[in-house]
Amino acid sequence: MKKLWSGSGVHIGLSFLAMFAIIPLLWMLSVSFMSPGEVSSFPPPLLPENPTFDNYTKLFEYSNMGRNFLNSLFVASAATLLSLTFNVSAGYAFAKLEFKGRQLLFRCLLSALVIPAQVSMIPLFLMLKGMGLVNSWIGVLIPFVASIFGIFLVRQYALSIPTEMIESARIEGASEMRIFQSVVLPLLKPILITLGLFTFLAAWNDFFWPLIVLTDSDKYTLPIALASLSREHVQDVELMMAGAVVTVTPVLVLFLTLQRFYMSGYLAGSVKG
Amino acid sequence: MASLTLRNLHKRFGNTTVLSGINLDVASGEFVVIVGPSGCGKSTLLRAIAGLEDIDEGTIKIGEIDVLMLPPSKRGIAMVFQSYALYPHMTVYENMSFGMKIAGAPAEEIDQVVRAAADTLGLATLLERTPKELSGGQRQRTAIGRAIVRRPRIFLFDEPLSNLDASLRVKMRHEIARLHDMLETTMIYVTHDQAEAMTLADRIVVLRDGFVEQTGSPNELYNYPANRFVAGFIGSPAMNFLAGFVVDSHPNKTIVRLESGTMIHVNTGAGELSPDSPVTLGIRPEHLATGGNHNSIKTEVKLVEPLGSHSYVYLDTPDAHEPLIFRASGDFRGAKGDGLTVCISADDCHLFGTDGGELRQKPSGRITINQGDHL
Repeated sequence: MKKLWSGSGVHIGLSFLAMFAIIPLLWMLSVSFMSPGEVSSFPPPLLPENPTFDNYTKLFEYSNMGRNFLNSLFVASAATLLSLTFNVSAGYAFAKLEFKGRQLLFRCLLSALVIPAQVSMIPLFLMLKGMGLVNSWIGVLIPFVASIFGIFLVRQYALSIPTEMIESARIEGASEMRIFQSVVLPLLKPILITLGLFTFLAAWNDFFWPLIVLTDSDKYTLPIALASLSREHVQDVELMMAGAVVTVTPVLVLFLTLQRFYMSGYLAGSVKG
Repeated sequence: MASLTLRNLHKRFGNTTVLSGINLDVASGEFVVIVGPSGCGKSTLLRAIAGLEDIDEGTIKIGEIDVLMLPPSKRGIAMVFQSYALYPHMTVYENMSFGMKIAGAPAEEIDQVVRAAADTLGLATLLERTPKELSGGQRQRTAIGRAIVRRPRIFLFDEPLSNLDASLRVKMRHEIARLHDMLETTMIYVTHDQAEAMTLADRIVVLRDGFVEQTGSPNELYNYPANRFVAGFIGSPAMNFLAGFVVDSHPNKTIVRLESGTMIHVNTGAGELSPDSPVTLGIRPEHLATGGNHNSIKTEVKLVEPLGSHSYVYLDTPDAHEPLIFRASGDFRGAKGDGLTVCISADDCHLFGTDGGELRQKPSGRITINQGDHL
């Protein structure tokens, strides 16, 4: 009985905390359906008096939000694909392939983790400028190609794959590429989903780097478009909330759908390593 | 099937020498078991044969072909690992057919070979299951099946039964013996389990610190160990050792004085050893007996382990640093603290010199192999 009470207490506590996270999101959704100026009345209403899709219509008709949405989708998808290709290969190599200087190289990479990403942005920008890649998709995607954290995450997970399984495939005549494709990749599925989701979220939500690299408004991703929208329509809170809903919904749905794999991959990588 | 020839095999990991000049000839169709304590190099030796471990020096021939420069897949071997090493995302059928698919064998041939192997191993109804849906024994049989479909010239087993429980281990042991009889393929089997070594092997190779201590049939190793290490390693429970000094020695008879002053007569010569030379007397638990006064030592019961058919009695004596183990009958009634006089059979005693070498003569000739000698 005591256990039941303490379990209920925990649930009540967690539900209370969850409300703090969910209520702003729900209110954001509610405001996005309100008429212009409705939210500015006092006291601010919780629900729209006359729900309307006008804000969404305006968002896609008069501002360039549809284009920005596709830009974000392209950048996030391409970043995910690139990140998976390079980080998974590198992480597996660091975990399971023997090559000279493997440990030293990995230690060097790990020590570079302490350098904040912001510090490297200006040198990276100058390099890209020199290469003529500013205001290009390649310029936006380059930071996502390989990340030390991604390599580390995959390596830790790949360490849990029994070496004997790989050796067995070698004895059976499989090439290294075939082993990677047929034996290793299926076993890395949880960490592929974790890393993929992680990268997609990071690329989708990234504001600072696209803001630095992209100059053409046609190439703006959703976070930058939302920021410029807020400058132009500072009074139009309902429109802003509709923009926020459009920005948040895809990643939220993606996260909730893949949450199970994401957590298992993330935890397995940290524990089994 | 093929023979295997190892010559002067050396392997070092940094400053640690793991294999020190291994020489071994395995005849075609022979079942050789490699045993030794942890870290003796037995798994490294097997991996070197498989081509999974590069060696620093020496040659490896499978049949007449020097395979040293060949990759594992070209050596004509198949290996069964302790952890099964099955691909968890593939079914039993896919696991067994993986190698043949890579080799580009026609689908019909693959199907025929896989199903034949599955029938042999009793896996025919489990082909669509994944490894997680199998028991330990079924997993190990799948791993063996995967090896069989490759039709190797040599099978390599790396402690294949270590992950199984005791009863399943016995069952799989019989299965492997049956497979050897059926396939008549050369098999090299690494284990630390003496029962597996004694029951499966045509020949046992005892390794220690990268050296071959002795090779021979299971009975040969048990009855005529080349040195004290082999005598202590082969046999469970291990041989009892008592330190002493030579009092008198004849070609087939030696009198040994134990530390307490007890005289023991041994029906074996002491070789070149002169009186007062230190020797170690070895006696197996089943060669101790009660009920006599000749060749006897006084002991005190320390522990009794009743096993139904027989009991192991641990005896404290000032003549041995470790308790003596005596194999008594199942109805042994002694208790802790009881005094017990045990007799040592003069015919079954082993005598080891200061270098650990066995001084006892084998019927066909004397074995004088010292630690580190290669056979």
